[in-house]
Amino acid sequence: MPPTDTTPAVPAPEDDVPGVPLAKGAADPLPHGEAPGIRFEKVVKRFGGNVVLRELDFTVAPGERVTLIGPSGSGKTTILRLLMTLERVDGGIIRVGERPLSHMERGGRLVPANERHLHEMRKQIGMVFQQFNLFPNMNVLRNLTEGPVHVLGLSRDEAVERARGLLDMVGLADKIEAHPSQLSGGQQQRVAIARALAMRPKVLLLDEVTSALDPELVVGVQDLLRDIARQSDLTLLCVTHEMRFARDISDRVLMFDQGQIVEEGPPDQIFGEPRERRTRDFLQAVLAS
Amino acid sequence: MSEVLDSHPQLLQGAWITVQITVLGAVLALVLALAFGVAGAARAVWMRAVNRLYVEFFRGAAALVLMYWLFYSLPLVGLRFTPMAAAVLALGLNYGAYGAEVVRGSINAVPKAQYEAAVALNLRPAQRMRRVILPQAVALMLPPFGNLLIELMKATAVVSLVTIADLTFRAQQIQANTGETAATYALVLVVYFVIAQVLQRLVRLLEHRTERMLGRRPRRGALREVPAPAGGAPR
Repeated sequence: MPPTDTTPAVPAPEDDVPGVPLAKGAADPLPHGEAPGIRFEKVVKRFGGNVVLRELDFTVAPGERVTLIGPSGSGKTTILRLLMTLERVDGGIIRVGERPLSHMERGGRLVPANERHLHEMRKQIGMVFQQFNLFPNMNVLRNLTEGPVHVLGLSRDEAVERARGLLDMVGLADKIEAHPSQLSGGQQQRVAIARALAMRPKVLLLDEVTSALDPELVVGVQDLLRDIARQSDLTLLCVTHEMRFARDISDRVLMFDQGQIVEEGPPDQIFGEPRERRTRDFLQAVLAS
Repeated sequence: MSEVLDSHPQLLQGAWITVQITVLGAVLALVLALAFGVAGAARAVWMRAVNRLYVEFFRGAAALVLMYWLFYSLPLVGLRFTPMAAAVLALGLNYGAYGAEVVRGSINAVPKAQYEAAVALNLRPAQRMRRVILPQAVALMLPPFGNLLIELMKATAVVSLVTIADLTFRAQQIQANTGETAATYALVLVVYFVIAQVLQRLVRLLEHRTERMLGRRPRRGALREVPAPAGGAPR
């Protein structure tokens, strides 16, 4: 469980919707163990002339679950993409654990990271995308075993066993041979979650994972993620427009606007008594929609 | 007409040579297309430069002139090719350049989200290409490859000019022996057409297989459930 000394932990709220019970198999499919913290130090990210992040500073404690909220274009998704090394920083440093992510040390100086360093750092990080992004040229099983076999060096049997455990957990054991195109959006997203977890990441990034789903499929995926968050030691960064989900899943909420943190605090405070006008306006707009 | 039909053994021998040159040329073109096409889609500037050099040079070179050059000019500097080798090399280099553009375009047309998912799974650059991007790009390559294959087959007619006894070469022989110009060339047109049809069918077969692999065609007996876009929508 995440340490509670750095951040106020929120007791898990009771649901009126029962969560998907996680399979209690002999082997726990979830990643456990020391999760690293994350630190952004004066991070700058530009797209052309558009400055998305300007000297952004923030930290996430090991095992902490943080949700980023804010209007579109405020830089939330960019933060996740920087952490997944899908984008490069234009200034400042990102650290995961004690090591720099975007840079590496060479001759006592920090230089931009090469592919080898990025490969090393990515071992700790997994990401689930808004559009699932399953590989359409592979069935469900191979989507789950490709990384473990070819990146982690697991034997095929070990990878299959791990995949089975995870598919059991996400409630799709019977879809192991299915093709992504034969699955509903909700099922595809469950497979994508399982695929990310199959790499045993210590940091999990969730990028608007329910935004592309039909409304009736949203709850199931959210319940699954809630259970995963509660039962693992993952450091979790989540971008979402589902405020109820944000409230349930996070230890801390960061409200972003124009690449800056406008307000931060435990979910009860942010959603219950937001201090900043910008936060109040945003929440009103979201809840009204 | 009957005289022309009587020469069918010669015609078939010629057709066989045409098929051989087509297949060998296509294999060479495919290898070159993949190698230089992947280079063209790479991030490294020097790899893209190598792609441009190859494509621009060999796409701009007429296959016939290239073949003459290999067969007649290179022996002057001590490099000797058999007519067959010169023909296959010329056609392979020429059509490999067209193919490289097809490969490059197809790789770039695979949704960027697929590349990102491969990065998120920590696949190495070569693994991303081989296991995720290329298999999906193949589906996009096949239809234009089908066109190029038939183009290549028809272009083999020029090899008669370096003394290879292909279909066109045999046609000229039969026409000279019988004097039946219209009948001879009508028959040869039909033979080219039949070869093209067979090649087209083979490519179609491959297209169907690839579509099944990508789940765009239900496997036999498979039930389709609530469909949803796989692989992420293009941005």
